[in-house]
Amino acid sequence: MIRDITIGQYYPENSIIHRLDPRVKLAGTLVFLVSLFLFKSFWGYIPAVIFLFTCIHLSKVPFKHIVKGLKAVVVLLSFTLLANIFFTKGTDLVFSWKFIKIYREGLEMAGFMAIRLTLLITGSSLMTYTTTPTKLTDGLERAFAPLKLFKAPVHEVATMMSIALRFIPVLLEETDKIMKAQQARGADFEEGGLIKRAKAMIPILIPLFISAFRRAGDLAMAMEVRCYHGGEGRTKMKPLKYKLRDLIAYLILAAYLAVVIFIGKKLH
Amino acid sequence: MSIIFDHVTHKYEAGTTMEKPALKDINLVINDGEFIGLIGHTGSGKSTLIQHMNGLLKPTEGTVYVDGEDICGKGYSLKSLRSRVGLVFQYPEHQLFESSVLLDVEFGPKNMGLTQLEIQYRAFEALKSVGIGDDLIDASPFELSGGQKRRVAIAGVLAMKPKVLILDEPTAGLDPAGRDEILGLIRRIHEESGITVILVSHSMEDVANYVDRIIVMNDAKVVLEGPPKTVFANCDALESIGLSVPQVTRISADLKNLGLPVRPDSITIEEAADELAALYKRLH
Repeated sequence: MIRDITIGQYYPENSIIHRLDPRVKLAGTLVFLVSLFLFKSFWGYIPAVIFLFTCIHLSKVPFKHIVKGLKAVVVLLSFTLLANIFFTKGTDLVFSWKFIKIYREGLEMAGFMAIRLTLLITGSSLMTYTTTPTKLTDGLERAFAPLKLFKAPVHEVATMMSIALRFIPVLLEETDKIMKAQQARGADFEEGGLIKRAKAMIPILIPLFISAFRRAGDLAMAMEVRCYHGGEGRTKMKPLKYKLRDLIAYLILAAYLAVVIFIGKKLH
Repeated sequence: MSIIFDHVTHKYEAGTTMEKPALKDINLVINDGEFIGLIGHTGSGKSTLIQHMNGLLKPTEGTVYVDGEDICGKGYSLKSLRSRVGLVFQYPEHQLFESSVLLDVEFGPKNMGLTQLEIQYRAFEALKSVGIGDDLIDASPFELSGGQKRRVAIAGVLAMKPKVLILDEPTAGLDPAGRDEILGLIRRIHEESGITVILVSHSMEDVANYVDRIIVMNDAKVVLEGPPKTVFANCDALESIGLSVPQVTRISADLKNLGLPVRPDSITIEEAADELAALYKRLH
């Protein structure tokens, strides 16, 4: 049950998108996210949707899988939708009943926001579907390397991130195991009111925290034994190198951004 | 408390591309009061099988009957089932969470909704049966040694007074002394209370000396079943699926293959020694 959350989990495939340099994908995601805020009419969505769907198609991640991942944010989506429908004031009244008034502008706004949000989430999750956590943090470390000049602990932050990401599936599995062990002792997580259910979490959370601390201690020990000392002078087994395809990807990105800016300026 | 598996199949992630069968058409009968050893290497389906016995997992196909009742039937109380079929997971000390040993052991009986008196009585009794003395009952479970923690965790299940006790690799990660202590404890519980015990292990030596019947699993299926002697007589079959037989059994079988007139089914060192001594006398 707990493992059904697929959003953001790496989807192993061998596609051109998977092989791209993580820095390109980071830049691409950033450009795509920014581009969604550069226009105020529905026209802007045409290049955005085409761009995203082409990427999804190229990545070979099944469309079904992506839709399944969106389930996790349905609540957020419907909340935005309803808030926009009911609280946007306009001039063109479509529906009115007692104190509820719905304007045409509200409906338009709701649709606009819903599409934007869906694209935002899908766009950013496509990056994590196609990039392993290790590559992602590698990319981040390289992308933020200039900050080292200002004494920012770039390497340390990147390492912490990759460890945190690495431990997510481990802790999920651990939670599953502890839940089962407590259920075998008659614990019940589904019955009772809010307070009773919150209390029922204690027998899961305490062992989970203890095991997380134990794992963290073991890991720190193992790293120290191997003389880990942070970023300075550290080399990589697989250093990131730009290839021709990455250059082409940057060019496509630039072209996409230009199209979106053009549409945002010309079509209202 | 008999447990019957009738054509039970279990698939993880059923219906997706990652579908993986963990049990294939299992048919088993576990009788009242038996001491059973369940063996098989990692990934053979042992853990999946035992989680079906107290309803933590449900069969994808087939039926599990406990005391003649289908445990997936409508209105069947899984909570009551779990107090009757006690399951001790691997590394059970990882489930401890209370501030004192006594409180932790009381967790199971408390969930059963017993009276405070009965809860305390059962907790004390369970702690006594696993050999945790009165000096430790108010200690934090996290201050105990590894072996003590494990005994407390086992007491946590025993306090529910189950009719069937299932232990998943109860000796994993313990030193030889701790291992013998836990196995002796399990045997004593079985003898004194007469409950059914199912011991999951991958160590043949562990099970050979203790159990009445062995169930061998491989690749999600039950491949061998019977008393230890019968099962260990299949030395080669066991070794072909990556399981070892007790060392003395292997040696006896090898001697037999060399043409010496020894019985190949000795499973304990004492048996093998007697057999060899008898042989030595006959030859001289």
